[in-house]
Amino acid sequence: MTKASRSMAIEVEGLSFTYGQRNVLEDIHLHIPEGSFLGLMGPNGSGKSTLIKCILGLLSPTTGTIKLFGKPIQRFNDWSQVGFVSQKANSFNSGFPATVFEVVSMGLYGKVGLLRFLTKKHKQKVLESIQQVGMQDYVHQNIGELSGGQQQRVFIARALVSEPKLLILDEPTVGVDAKSVQNFYTMLQRLNVERGMTLILVTHDIGAMTEYITDVACLNKCLHFHGNKLEFESQHDSMMTSLYGHDVRVITHNHDHHDHDHDHDHDGSGH
Amino acid sequence: MIQIFFQFDFLRYSLYTGMLIGLLAPLLGVFLVVRRLALISDALSHITLSGIAFSLLLGRHYSYFAGLNPMYMGMAFSVGGAIFIERLRNVYRYYKELAIPIILSAGIGIGVVFISLANGFNNDLFHYLFGSVAAIRQSDFHMIVSITLFVLVMMLLFYKEWFFLSFDEDQAVISGIPKKTLHFLFIIMVALVISASMRIVGILLVSSLMTLPVASAMRWAKSFKQTFLYAILFSEISVIVGLFSAFHLDIAPGGTIVMLNVIILLISLLLKRKGI
Repeated sequence: MTKASRSMAIEVEGLSFTYGQRNVLEDIHLHIPEGSFLGLMGPNGSGKSTLIKCILGLLSPTTGTIKLFGKPIQRFNDWSQVGFVSQKANSFNSGFPATVFEVVSMGLYGKVGLLRFLTKKHKQKVLESIQQVGMQDYVHQNIGELSGGQQQRVFIARALVSEPKLLILDEPTVGVDAKSVQNFYTMLQRLNVERGMTLILVTHDIGAMTEYITDVACLNKCLHFHGNKLEFESQHDSMMTSLYGHDVRVITHNHDHHDHDHDHDHDGSGH
Repeated sequence: MIQIFFQFDFLRYSLYTGMLIGLLAPLLGVFLVVRRLALISDALSHITLSGIAFSLLLGRHYSYFAGLNPMYMGMAFSVGGAIFIERLRNVYRYYKELAIPIILSAGIGIGVVFISLANGFNNDLFHYLFGSVAAIRQSDFHMIVSITLFVLVMMLLFYKEWFFLSFDEDQAVISGIPKKTLHFLFIIMVALVISASMRIVGILLVSSLMTLPVASAMRWAKSFKQTFLYAILFSEISVIVGLFSAFHLDIAPGGTIVMLNVIILLISLLLKRKGI
């Protein structure tokens, strides 16, 4: 199946964004097909979060257009299709007196709509979502009493409860221990493969996740690269130099199984 | 000693009014505290003071205003202050708390000028500052009933939206919750409840009823909903016991209510040693 025939989750055309005098993003063209798992990488201050905020409708681009599931973002109103787990989830007010159940319920508020209440069925959904991220033993625990990794899982559950077709995660593993990070990526991969959910994972360290993703986009004000993982790995050295201004090695974890990709020469025909 | 409250109309009104305030203040207070905006109630109560002083001043010069309940003018100032705070919070986006001292000092400043113009302190003003058991009129009571109904209906309708906005504003906005409208509606409710509460607890102490019971409740509650239940429970205890003892000991109810709240808070701190 060629990319052109797949329907697009996100289409960004000629997007630029300016903060005052400073250009944060310049002429970005980015098409993300449904069902892909994209790693969006770039150094700090490369405009990753700004791009995500534009896609989420939190910021309006200075120029350019964005389409979500084929609809221009100004007319897109089915936001329950879009899940978002922010970087800030790690630094929320941890004294907030809310339980895991209450936090995950919030994920349904937009879908349920104004002036309506959660029904039994909704509550069942909340419980299922909590189970999905393996937090069923903590349903009535205070969110502030959990570890960073557990909190992050709760926020994923909140994003999943409205059954989105697109899930965007902005540096979700900052402050989470290495083992939880691996479980976390495995869980995302399962959502991608089994449910066909489109995933975008924003990170400044792509090494930790190369084995889970299907596509890579490199951003530093402009889009330096966008393609599948194998293309990326074959050109990775020059890419890193153009992105970071010096040579950076991508450290791939778990060398002991299947993934020796960048040791070999790939033509990318496998995907 | 309790029956006397039901023998005199004015005492009955102050008891009922107190109980309604005891419900409303912590209900809004929970949201204010978790949004770290507890001090907004202080700012709004001080701006209410300038409204009251203005009304008393006008009352000296124009007979029309002498008959008008100063609470209305206090309410108008308070709502105006609330709108101004929301504006300032948008102007100083990175210094959102700056709006609070601005409105607070403006409120006191204007209030003091009006008080001086009206030739200083009188007994009426003392009641507004520290509360009074005997000051409740039937019109005050009716006003409180309508405010209570309004706030309760709004809470029922928008509880989940305010909860989401307080916990995680960005996410709430992404999911399509109208942030500005709801924040605006909320602060108007706070302004109304504050100006309505001042008869009982007094302007200088009204904010305590919004924050102290919530501070105690957070030690006990295991969920957001429980925080409301405990906060309302503590606040009702303090209001009811406070009003009775204030009447019998002939002291200002505002101070008694606050002291009871402080005692409840100290007990909560002692019994529940969890870090927040």
